[in-house]
Amino acid sequence: MKDTLRFKLNGKPVSLKVDPSRTLLWVLRYDLKFTGPKYGCGEALCGACTVILDRQAVRSCSIEMKDVAGKEVTTIEGLEKNGKLHPLQEAFVEHDALQCGYCTPGMIMNAYSLLLNNPRPSRTQIIEEMDGNLCRCGAHMRIVAAIEAAAEQMGGRER
Amino acid sequence: MKTIDEKPRTLEEENLELDFSDITMDPGPAFPLDRREFLKLVGGGIVVFCTVTRLPAFQRGEGRRRRGMGHELPHDFNAFLRIGEDGQVTGYTGKIEMGQGIDTSLAQELADELDVQLNSVHMVMGDTALCPWDRGTFGSMTTRFFGPPFRAAAAEAKAVLVELASEKLNVPKERLRTKNGTVYEMGGSKKVSYGELTKGKKIMRHVKGAEIETPAEFTIIGKPVLRRDSVAKVTGRAHFSGDVKEPGMLCARILRPPAHGAKLVSVDTSGAHAIDGVQVVHEGNFVAVLHPEPETAAEALGKVKAKFDEPKPYADDKTIFEHLLKVAPAGEVVAKGGNLAEGQKAADYVVDETYLNSYVAHSPMEPHTAMAKMEAGKLTLWASTQTPFPLQDAAASLLGMSPSDVRVITPFVGGGFGGKSAIRQALEAARLAKLTGKPVQVAWTRAEEFFYDTFRPAAVVKINAGVTKAGLMTFWDYGVYYAGARGSEQFYDIPNHRTMAYGSGWRAAPGAHPFATGPWRAPGNNTNTHARESQIDMLASKAGVDPIEFRLKNLKDERMRRVLQAAAKKFGWKPAKSPSGRGYGVACGTDVGAVVAHIAEVAVDKSTGHIQVKRVVCAQEMGLCVNPEGARIQMEGCITMGLGYALTEEVKFTGGDIHDHNFDTYTIPHFSWLPKIETVILDANDKPAQGGGEPAVICMGAVIANAVYDATSVRMLQLPMTPERVKEALSRA
Repeated sequence: MKDTLRFKLNGKPVSLKVDPSRTLLWVLRYDLKFTGPKYGCGEALCGACTVILDRQAVRSCSIEMKDVAGKEVTTIEGLEKNGKLHPLQEAFVEHDALQCGYCTPGMIMNAYSLLLNNPRPSRTQIIEEMDGNLCRCGAHMRIVAAIEAAAEQMGGRER
Repeated sequence: MKTIDEKPRTLEEENLELDFSDITMDPGPAFPLDRREFLKLVGGGIVVFCTVTRLPAFQRGEGRRRRGMGHELPHDFNAFLRIGEDGQVTGYTGKIEMGQGIDTSLAQELADELDVQLNSVHMVMGDTALCPWDRGTFGSMTTRFFGPPFRAAAAEAKAVLVELASEKLNVPKERLRTKNGTVYEMGGSKKVSYGELTKGKKIMRHVKGAEIETPAEFTIIGKPVLRRDSVAKVTGRAHFSGDVKEPGMLCARILRPPAHGAKLVSVDTSGAHAIDGVQVVHEGNFVAVLHPEPETAAEALGKVKAKFDEPKPYADDKTIFEHLLKVAPAGEVVAKGGNLAEGQKAADYVVDETYLNSYVAHSPMEPHTAMAKMEAGKLTLWASTQTPFPLQDAAASLLGMSPSDVRVITPFVGGGFGGKSAIRQALEAARLAKLTGKPVQVAWTRAEEFFYDTFRPAAVVKINAGVTKAGLMTFWDYGVYYAGARGSEQFYDIPNHRTMAYGSGWRAAPGAHPFATGPWRAPGNNTNTHARESQIDMLASKAGVDPIEFRLKNLKDERMRRVLQAAAKKFGWKPAKSPSGRGYGVACGTDVGAVVAHIAEVAVDKSTGHIQVKRVVCAQEMGLCVNPEGARIQMEGCITMGLGYALTEEVKFTGGDIHDHNFDTYTIPHFSWLPKIETVILDANDKPAQGGGEPAVICMGAVIANAVYDATSVRMLQLPMTPERVKEALSRA
């Protein structure tokens, strides 16, 4: 049965008539036509669908819409500000920290959450926090370097 | 026809459309289209087609019926490009971008030959209506085989521009030079841009090869360039097949058997029918449920009750090796020389070993996905595929259509590694679009991806080889079962040798593998290199010679010697007989024309059997390296991906029942596995380009196995080297 759910999406209030048992990933992709969050495994095992829910990285493939109500969702589409890439996005570009790019939005959102909660992570902390995000092309070392560079560039400030 | 390419496009390009619908053609050897008609269509500018006959036969378009939307397309060329009236350059290729970076490196090749800025080159890729025919993106063939005609077309285009400039400026050609999209007079002030030259012009050339630049003339080729597709990919704007949505589109879920070979006995779809809005398709054994929302389609599939008859399994992941040896066909000689019996007599030490490796999944992060739309009798297929043109033919044949009524568009592909040469998902989407009359998306779940993946075949390698006390190899008797010959030809200098291949790689006869197998990044070579380089290491150890010194002692191949020495230098190798306790391993090999040498350092936890790879150095010589930055990423990717098949990846199964459904049981490399990776690319820009996307993956099994031996004195003869196998080997020692 459909309910009207209200939440914030990339900074804007959204009101959506939707079955509350539906999956956040599919609502984002099929109802709202977002292309950033990706399906990779459907069981929170790969991180390709990662978005931010109230400042924490979550796997949107395993979140029901009823758990989104009243909260704030940020997707990769919400990172650019005034047409300018987020420092993490810039660092991924500058480090060539991707190949096929399918895992990239999830990688960046997971790293975004990491920096929100720990603006100056050590390399070990980066690796620990990113360990649940899978990349098959093997861009890992560049992804770690990009996150380090973005953290450095942000200098502990939130963005 | 709407394209979903997110890359920046010029207006002209949008208008170009190139559906060739007005074209009639003469299939003769000269340029086959009516020039005026064609130029009207492309909107002016300069169009150059190039044919190179030195391509491998299967990669040539000539002699093949090329079909576009409704009409014949030119089929006698391999590459084509266009310079528009705004000076923008568009390169067309049937190759696809799946992460390997050719969107960048091919543009570099065009920009360099044409003397234009890299950012004024755009690539149109993998669209069967716009691009020259191509067999597929695999085998590291883009730079090797597509690059040369592409560059020749660009060189010819530049020659045309210089001719035009000569007329316009009234300056002899010899006095003209090109730079940054401009033709200028040497030592004079006259100049004209490519855009001005092409304005109002409708020029078409068809060349059979042209003078291309020499390495000394390169300005962009050979320079490291960042990927051009990354902004689209870091913003989520890059479109993959699953991102293509059409109004009225249905998500399909298809009834799958519990095991390969299982037969559908009965099916009851009434539960699915009962769900509001669900459409059920049932045609023979093909049962699908469709709904606009993927959750509802999944729910409906859950309501389908089906009974299957499962065949009795003839092998599982443990017994498969015995089975393969039993059913192996007669061997074929790959290479042979000298006299094995004499070699055996001359040997002081003989090592006779058997190596095993399991089935491995491709596991791209993007599962196979496709969207199909049928409109006015024409089918458009957006698919994650490495083979858009073969898919065009297969879809046409499946639906009883003419290939000219099928257009395949390949958006960005989310990883392939050989697995997306299999096109089942796209054919399923095509079939459902025809049956329902609606746009249909087939996006495989991870479980479907594991079930229908064409695994790298399990394989066995047997090697009997001997060495003298002085460390010279005397004989080499090698047999590979089911991995294929690629990478089995040994390149050491061994006087008496024989290499046999039993079963030709992944295309095995029915009854060998319980499910589909296919090419997996550097097919065959991972298996063969693991076996060969482990065996070499054992012989070195028997002779008491340092493993690098041993290889050099038995190697005449200059390229291989060079990469070994380069890797040793980068690593800071200090010679020692193995096992030295340091945990250092060496391996080298050759694939797709390139040579590689790896050195690794590992630490082995003897209580858990866990192997941590701490450092990998890789030196590679690949002839002309168009984009050293892109080549490095490929090498790093190969090394990281190779950790998986070396350490954890193996498909568990009982007959056709695949036990792995997701990444919880099938473990691919994680961040925490990451060694320090260092890459060296040896300069060989004066040599033809070789492959770059596969070679660095081939040594990963052997280099780690050899390092484990160096650390623990225990040989790991079976891949993957799981903690259980390491512990077991340690307990046996």
